[in-house]
Amino acid sequence: MFTALFGSVELGLIYGIMALGVYLSFRVLNFPDLTVDGSFVTGGAVAAIMIVSGYSPILATLAAVGAGFIAGSITGTLHAKGKINPLLSGILMMIALYSINLRIMGNSPNIPLMREDTIMTMFQSFWATLPFDGLMTSLFTTLNLPFTPSTWGILLFAIMIVIVVKLFTDFFLSTEVGLAIRATGDNPRMISSLSANTDRLKILGLGISNAFVALSGAIVTQYSSFVDVNMGIGMIIIGLASVIIGEAIFGKGSIFKITIAVIVGAVIYRMVVALALRVGFLETGDMKLITAIIVIGALVVPRLLENGKERRRKYRKARKIKEQYGGEKSVAATKSDL
Amino acid sequence: MLQLSQIFKVFNEGTTDEKAALENVYLDLKDGDFVTVIGSNGAGKSTLMNLIAGNLTPDVGKILIDTKDVTRLKEHERSKLIGRVFQDPMAGTAPSMTIEENMAMAYSRTRKRSFIAKGVTKSRKMFFKEQLESLGLGLEDRLNAKVGFLSGGERQALSLLMATFTDPSILLLDEHTAALDPSRAELITDKTKEIVSKNELTTLMVTHNMQQALDLGNRLIMMDKGQIIFEAEGEEKQRLTVERLLEEFQKIQGNQLANDRAILSH
Repeated sequence: MFTALFGSVELGLIYGIMALGVYLSFRVLNFPDLTVDGSFVTGGAVAAIMIVSGYSPILATLAAVGAGFIAGSITGTLHAKGKINPLLSGILMMIALYSINLRIMGNSPNIPLMREDTIMTMFQSFWATLPFDGLMTSLFTTLNLPFTPSTWGILLFAIMIVIVVKLFTDFFLSTEVGLAIRATGDNPRMISSLSANTDRLKILGLGISNAFVALSGAIVTQYSSFVDVNMGIGMIIIGLASVIIGEAIFGKGSIFKITIAVIVGAVIYRMVVALALRVGFLETGDMKLITAIIVIGALVVPRLLENGKERRRKYRKARKIKEQYGGEKSVAATKSDL
Repeated sequence: MLQLSQIFKVFNEGTTDEKAALENVYLDLKDGDFVTVIGSNGAGKSTLMNLIAGNLTPDVGKILIDTKDVTRLKEHERSKLIGRVFQDPMAGTAPSMTIEENMAMAYSRTRKRSFIAKGVTKSRKMFFKEQLESLGLGLEDRLNAKVGFLSGGERQALSLLMATFTDPSILLLDEHTAALDPSRAELITDKTKEIVSKNELTTLMVTHNMQQALDLGNRLIMMDKGQIIFEAEGEEKQRLTVERLLEEFQKIQGNQLANDRAILSH
């Protein structure tokens, strides 16, 4: 149980990078970009094939980021220059990427990385030279905790990388171009009257969004030592779930807070899934259904709570007014009542 | 300086909905000119605005701003030279962004936007504060407030400031007080007068309000059916009254007056 939760925190942080990408497209650009399902795999596929071909895992990961950027920019171009509806642009790109991903993977539906060096194993071998894991293990045993994680390295690595991406996002959205990108999602008419090329900004924004998604895909692939051409299915919903859960819990504040919320949302999502899968009658195949239910819940529950709060507020107010002004009877409805 | 020569624009050409929006329009604004444009609905005022701003391109004709031919430039390319305030108070600002962020975006209008430089810096904040103080609405104390929380009047005042504080070659005001209540409309009108005269901005203002068209600016243009049918400048404009304008209109149009008086004089 705890091991599963620990793993879901690690994984949640890595998926948090993807969620930040989805936040960029869905929330900042107001563009429901379905490219994500494809570009996540593109990231994994590019990283895997390069690692298998003997390139450095760092170079492979960077190449994955570049591939994701290109995929996103093409979706943006389809929409901005081709005047194709946003949803359709994303779907077209997603479908196209399925074939492209297969090509990248040399027409095999999956690539294992079992005995390869990955960015994870690289960090892990550096981490092993530090005494931290041993210290934590002895601490956990003395505290008599029910489990001891075999390593904290991966968790730390995931935290570091997701924080780098988060800080980059915060910074980028505060630059002159970043502000213009936010305005493109918020009020395109205004920002184009302020000499900003909204077409180009959309292409750039979607490029960066999918670069994040591909980075996440590349790291997930190296984390699980495996890439599968179908691993992107439903990814957009997972990203959206993270964004919505984060917003539902933390509200909508400054960009700095929202990006934290999105990452925490991604972790919570993973934990909920991990817990749900431990329920006896649920199977691994039910994952997508669980995801859909979580998203629906995150969308509907806050509104229900809000409605209830409003009803109670009105009820209290009505009672207070009644005490102050007496009952309704004293109000003259027509002149004849006087 | 703004020059329009031989502008023609037809919508839905060759269909039964064909409508000549502008026909052979010439317009020449000298530096510092403040021109008000009046006319009934469908006279071509909005088309004129959109042609200058670059939302539309003319079928025939040339548009020059500061002697630069901008006829084929897209809106975002042209808007380096143009400050614009829309009729809808919601149109000129980004609601989910803060006042200072909105100001920063307007500040970047005349320059190339940087990938590295922050939009809001300490020194810019000081400058924005100073500019907002001139509005006298207390917005300078709310730099971090989201614009969506401001009232329509406040948002329009902010839009006006954002369109003007970077010293545009041309200022376009598109019935920018029409959607406000009378007291707010008056406030924005006053601010417009103040800002335009202080910065000596070359301005083109469309309005439905004849009194406003008479009170503001040094030139007045009346449009009808896609043509400029009456112009007054300087002293001649100062002597104009709403009655005289309606008379002029009657002289030229005659028949349709009863219909148009209702629209023009409200």
